[in-house]
Amino acid sequence: MADVAVATHAPAEHAGDDGHGHGASTGISNTKLAMWLFLGSECLLFGGLISTYLLYKNRIAEGSIGPKDVFDIPFTSASSFVLLMSSLTMVLALSAIQRGDERANRVWLLTTAVLGSIFIGGQIYEFTGFYREGLGYTTNIFGSAFYTLTGFHGVHVSIGIIMLMSLFVRSYRGHLHQAQAETVEIIGLYWHFVDVVWIVIFTIVYLIP
Amino acid sequence: MAIIEQPLAIGTGRAPEVRSPLGVFARPTAKGGWRSWVTTVDHKKIGIMYGAAGLVFFLVGGIEALLIRIQLARPDGSLLSAETYNQIYTMHGVTMIFLVAMPLGAAFSNYFIPLQVGARDVAFPRLNAFSFWCFLVGGLFLSSSWIFGGGADGGWFAYAPNTGVAYSPGHGMDFYALGLQITGIASLVGAINLITTVLNMRTKGMSLMRMPVLTWMLLVTQFLLLFAIPVITVALFLLTFDRRFGANFFRVEAGADPLLWQHLFWIFGHPEVYVLVLPAFGIVSEIIPTFSRKPIFGYSFMVGSGIAIGFMGWGVWAHHMFVSGIGPLSVTAFSLSTMFIAVPTGVKILNWLATMWGGRLRFEVPMLYAIAVPAMFTIGGLSGVTHSVSPADTQQTDTYYIVAHFHYVVFGGIIMAFYGGFYFWWPKIFGYKLDSKLGKVNFWLQLIGMNMTFGPMHILGLQGMSRRIDHYSPGFGFEFWNLIVSIGAFIIALSVASFLVNVVLSTVRYKRGLIPPAGPDPWDARSLEWMTASPVPEHNFDEEIEVRGLDEFWHRKYGYDKDHKVVRIATGEEVAHKGDNKNVHLPSPSYWPLVVALGLPLIGYGLIFNLLLTIPGAILLLGGVYGWVMEPPDDPNKAHGHDDHDDPSPGLALASVGAEEVGNG
Repeated sequence: MADVAVATHAPAEHAGDDGHGHGASTGISNTKLAMWLFLGSECLLFGGLISTYLLYKNRIAEGSIGPKDVFDIPFTSASSFVLLMSSLTMVLALSAIQRGDERANRVWLLTTAVLGSIFIGGQIYEFTGFYREGLGYTTNIFGSAFYTLTGFHGVHVSIGIIMLMSLFVRSYRGHLHQAQAETVEIIGLYWHFVDVVWIVIFTIVYLIP
Repeated sequence: MAIIEQPLAIGTGRAPEVRSPLGVFARPTAKGGWRSWVTTVDHKKIGIMYGAAGLVFFLVGGIEALLIRIQLARPDGSLLSAETYNQIYTMHGVTMIFLVAMPLGAAFSNYFIPLQVGARDVAFPRLNAFSFWCFLVGGLFLSSSWIFGGGADGGWFAYAPNTGVAYSPGHGMDFYALGLQITGIASLVGAINLITTVLNMRTKGMSLMRMPVLTWMLLVTQFLLLFAIPVITVALFLLTFDRRFGANFFRVEAGADPLLWQHLFWIFGHPEVYVLVLPAFGIVSEIIPTFSRKPIFGYSFMVGSGIAIGFMGWGVWAHHMFVSGIGPLSVTAFSLSTMFIAVPTGVKILNWLATMWGGRLRFEVPMLYAIAVPAMFTIGGLSGVTHSVSPADTQQTDTYYIVAHFHYVVFGGIIMAFYGGFYFWWPKIFGYKLDSKLGKVNFWLQLIGMNMTFGPMHILGLQGMSRRIDHYSPGFGFEFWNLIVSIGAFIIALSVASFLVNVVLSTVRYKRGLIPPAGPDPWDARSLEWMTASPVPEHNFDEEIEVRGLDEFWHRKYGYDKDHKVVRIATGEEVAHKGDNKNVHLPSPSYWPLVVALGLPLIGYGLIFNLLLTIPGAILLLGGVYGWVMEPPDDPNKAHGHDDHDDPSPGLALASVGAEEVGNG
């Protein structure tokens, strides 16, 4: 049996993180499967943080600063809308690279990153305002839970922006072509996930009293 | 780290291209020596390193255990102060669970998942190396707390608010929170990597229900880690923020609920129990059929009960909290679910017994361990079921009865199975068998020692001796059994020593040619890892294997004659690959996983001592990630593997570069 012809140069023999799913038994490439698994894990990370917030939001002492005192719902709605629109531009970026239109891909990648940055800017502005009104990280249990939950989300958006900008720079230098559309798709998965999490957080933290 | 300047030997006559995309490191090329280990991305070397690191930490945790037992051997023990004793028992638990049982499970996962599914390597070899380095630096970071003012002292499950700055003012709990965070990254990345490997890298014909039970159990383990690690990540972050930045998550006076920690910890902690035990179940499920010369009884039930344990493991966490005041409804619900989870475990034990029933048993050392596991684990499992009876549990909570229970599970189930795994696969990994006489001495000392140590703890617990007390006064009736327990602990120590002696002696004898090479298939085994040379060559298999059924390797050795009797049609040596294929394309080694991992403990020290330290840590981390991303997974300039072969197309290499960013996100 050991004398069967050896075809070691075939792509299927290719062990490694090349992300192109050689020998992918599921039909999903390794990198995409890995991203889905990672996002599954992230669900429990945010699940834990959201539970913590829900447990603690009403446990502040009488007279201490609470959600009703600080939230500016129209402002946060606007920045949430910006973040949601960035999911649309992310889809446009993916569609562009899938068509092979590298210039449009760059434009939409950059737009997505800029929209994400506007959201982060809004969050910083919002946090600064809250702090001026007297809600610090250590002020009370609501402050700790609120800043931790939204802060974790903000860090996720920021990492997404860094990845989008890395893609943009690679494309600008001529290293991102139609053949690598899946890379854009995978980073898009992450970006959409972070958006969806924000919808949950916005509803639970800001909208439900 | 030194920059390697020697030119690569390229036989193609092509002009050398840019070798280090960022101009920092040359691509590592070492084939031997320490550098080949530091830069390796080979799942087998990584598995060996996991195993070696786990064993070193096993000795550390063992010394801590012996200190505890010296302290408690006689009434009013005075070897350790109460403070030191708190640190010793906490670090004993943390070390044994997070730095011994988990990495040893990871060692078997890394080494055998790719082999058992017939793959060249894992899906992401560099991420695999990163997992290991993360685990190692995390473990060393955690252990370094002994140098920086003392270990963690809040118990291994670190209940709030005991772990707040007010009650634990030293840095021990900070090291605990940040160290486990780092090892958690290792487990999470490893889980993603290994699940992808199992799902995507199976060889031709290797459907899910043809995978060996070990691979199945390890797959369930990785899923448990995937979903359990983020929960403890949250808990550890909250604890860190409380301790370092003055947050209020566990400050009761600010309105915090101490149950939050308990829930978060045990939602992680109970699946964690199965993370530890399922690899052990998998190992036993490989050893017993081999030495019974029968296929595993009820393969699909074996797999199904493993999956059932994986699901039900999420529904029993609050049985750790029966006395925490969670209310009668919760207690009832979790009592029932705890009773139910004994069922799939019972199925497994029945199937092991039924596999042995009517088999031609060979009592080699691995088999002795594999038989001891169901026996010892059943004792631990039954005392576990007594905990599900919540009124009884109320009596048993925080007594030595609990300590007895989980040591029968962890030591009698898990550690014994790992020993069996060492003896079973040692010839596969290193090419020679461990000495069988010394192995039997090791086994019997282990079995007698553990029963002497943990058996009497049941009695002590029911007599009312609390766990975690640093001394007891004479006259409570604790003296006799405590002395027996301490003697038992030293018998275990003797048994560990006999294992180490066995390793050294067997290695020396093998090197001197006194024991023969084991050959590819020394035990007449059944699964694919035996179908290649021993030790396993770097490329695993010479050619892709086509699988046509469960126990493929065995079916290539045995057939049926005209009376439908099993007859041998080939020897293992004839069927197994020779391991001499020189033309296999392998992933290239890399420095970056180590560089990225080294950033993490620096950030940890920075958070504890001086925030300025986090800056070099973050630079290492981010710079490392970028260096990693820019470095193609396969060195385009190097003809690696064994000899020259065609380079992969540049497009392919670039594609992988981009895709890699995702893995780091």
